[in-house]
Amino acid sequence: MAILLFADHDNASLSEHSARALGAALQIGADVDILIAGQNAGAAAEAAAALTDVRRVLLAQSDVLAERLAEPTAALIVQLAGDYDTILAPATSSGKNVLPRVAALLDVMQLSEVTEIVAADTFKRPIYAGNAIEVVQSSEAVRVLTIRSASFAPATTGETAAPVVAVEPVASPALSSFGQNLLSVSDRPDLSSARIVVSGGRALGSKERFEEVINPLADKLGAAVGASRAAVDAGYAANDYQVGQTGKVVAPDLYIACGISGAIQHLAGMKDSRVIVAINSDEEAPIFQVADYGIVGDIFDIVPQMERAL
Amino acid sequence: MKILVPVKRVVDHNVKIRVKSDGSGVDLANAKMSMNPFDEIAVEQAVRMKESGDASEVVVVSVGPAQAQEVLRTALAMGADRAILVLAEGRIEPLSVAKILQNVAKSEEAGLVILGKQAIDDDCNQTGQMLAALLGWSQATFASKIEMAGESALVTREIDGGLQQIQVTLPAVVTADLRLNEPRYASLPNIMKAKKKPLVQQTPEELGLSIAPRLNVLRVEEPAARASGIKVGSVAELLDKLKTEAAVI
Repeated sequence: MAILLFADHDNASLSEHSARALGAALQIGADVDILIAGQNAGAAAEAAAALTDVRRVLLAQSDVLAERLAEPTAALIVQLAGDYDTILAPATSSGKNVLPRVAALLDVMQLSEVTEIVAADTFKRPIYAGNAIEVVQSSEAVRVLTIRSASFAPATTGETAAPVVAVEPVASPALSSFGQNLLSVSDRPDLSSARIVVSGGRALGSKERFEEVINPLADKLGAAVGASRAAVDAGYAANDYQVGQTGKVVAPDLYIACGISGAIQHLAGMKDSRVIVAINSDEEAPIFQVADYGIVGDIFDIVPQMERAL
Repeated sequence: MKILVPVKRVVDHNVKIRVKSDGSGVDLANAKMSMNPFDEIAVEQAVRMKESGDASEVVVVSVGPAQAQEVLRTALAMGADRAILVLAEGRIEPLSVAKILQNVAKSEEAGLVILGKQAIDDDCNQTGQMLAALLGWSQATFASKIEMAGESALVTREIDGGLQQIQVTLPAVVTADLRLNEPRYASLPNIMKAKKKPLVQQTPEELGLSIAPRLNVLRVEEPAARASGIKVGSVAELLDKLKTEAAVI
């Protein structure tokens, strides 16, 4: 049987999370179809078709799918579900919103944030903020999974493009409507897929100081900017900067934690980074337990020094 | 309008859990247990909506062991009006919880269900979406703001790229994210008053539901440990290590 991948995209382009979820899907089976649900989403569909080893791209377009609202999008996936024994999506805000709704409509349990494919029916996923790993087997008629994209390498571009097939979405009652997106605008790389992340914590003390201290180092390194929950709650950084158990989970080559104490909820979002640097004035801070390189000292002194020395 | 708030009893967020050496699960014996932090935010939201006149009654419900009464009493002390405990032991999956909640939401004729987006023990992030599906209601997940607008609610959601505003027709299910509000601490008089508020118990069998798990947990493992790192004395030394030893810059 085949696999359906509900892709993450913004109509104009496909997100890297989708390529990583495809990497996971190809470990489960060979017949993978990618669903692009959207409006004016031809470009995203072409990007999906260009990925390696994709069987087909299903392109479903309508106004109600433009922002992938949960109700019509779940109805669309359920409409297609009969042809698949596995339905998966990257665990982005869109995948996490839509897939549990699909699972309940199919009367099956979902596996969230899968980090390893053990077998076609057996998966590993973190629980308790990553402090334990559950090995779970599903004998459900359809296996519904969200994939933690940081744990899988992205599928590359293939030599021949897969066919794009149009799908007519079923009409479903309009239970919700889209208002507007208020997206953070930044020239920096995307936090979830950046090679280097510079993150700031509550110790920065204000939004202005967060920007004065963190941003120049990030820009010098071509890095994305992240933040701890405490920094986001205090208003120093926007919500989409939050790294942690319930924020974004990142695994860059280099993660620089500036003034972050290292609560377990924060560690859950970054401890799979290849190299971790911690800068903190408290030498007992738990962040040093996961850091490869630590400097005990004042972030307002050390971070600008780093920026100047690069 | 009546608001239903499902709450879960979970290990306290400050507890560092330990994986049992036989791989059968995590050791929670004697661990401090509390209300799931996201559910606390949901209770606070519902109580505020009652205080502002948007809601007439706040009913809290928990699916779990007898000790889950404690988190229901906490919710009552925060300002909820009455509580329902659906007694269930062992591992109860989100789909089972959603089916129980579907039943309760219908019998209570709730106009809005607000619950945490995720429980901090199983980290599933499923129950609200599943409940909305089973009820055939609209859903607004990861809410950071809820405004009532007649027969609908305007909800601001935290999404990967920033924020998104959507309008959901009532009845609806809303899941709470961290920035929705800051939950209050219950005052001592309110804790005393909460002891007298009604709390009824039910069983899944009385609701005609089976809660047998669908998934088979083969084992629970320790996460891979990181090799311990080193402290460096200067920025120059750090940058040198990052360039030559780690080769990341």
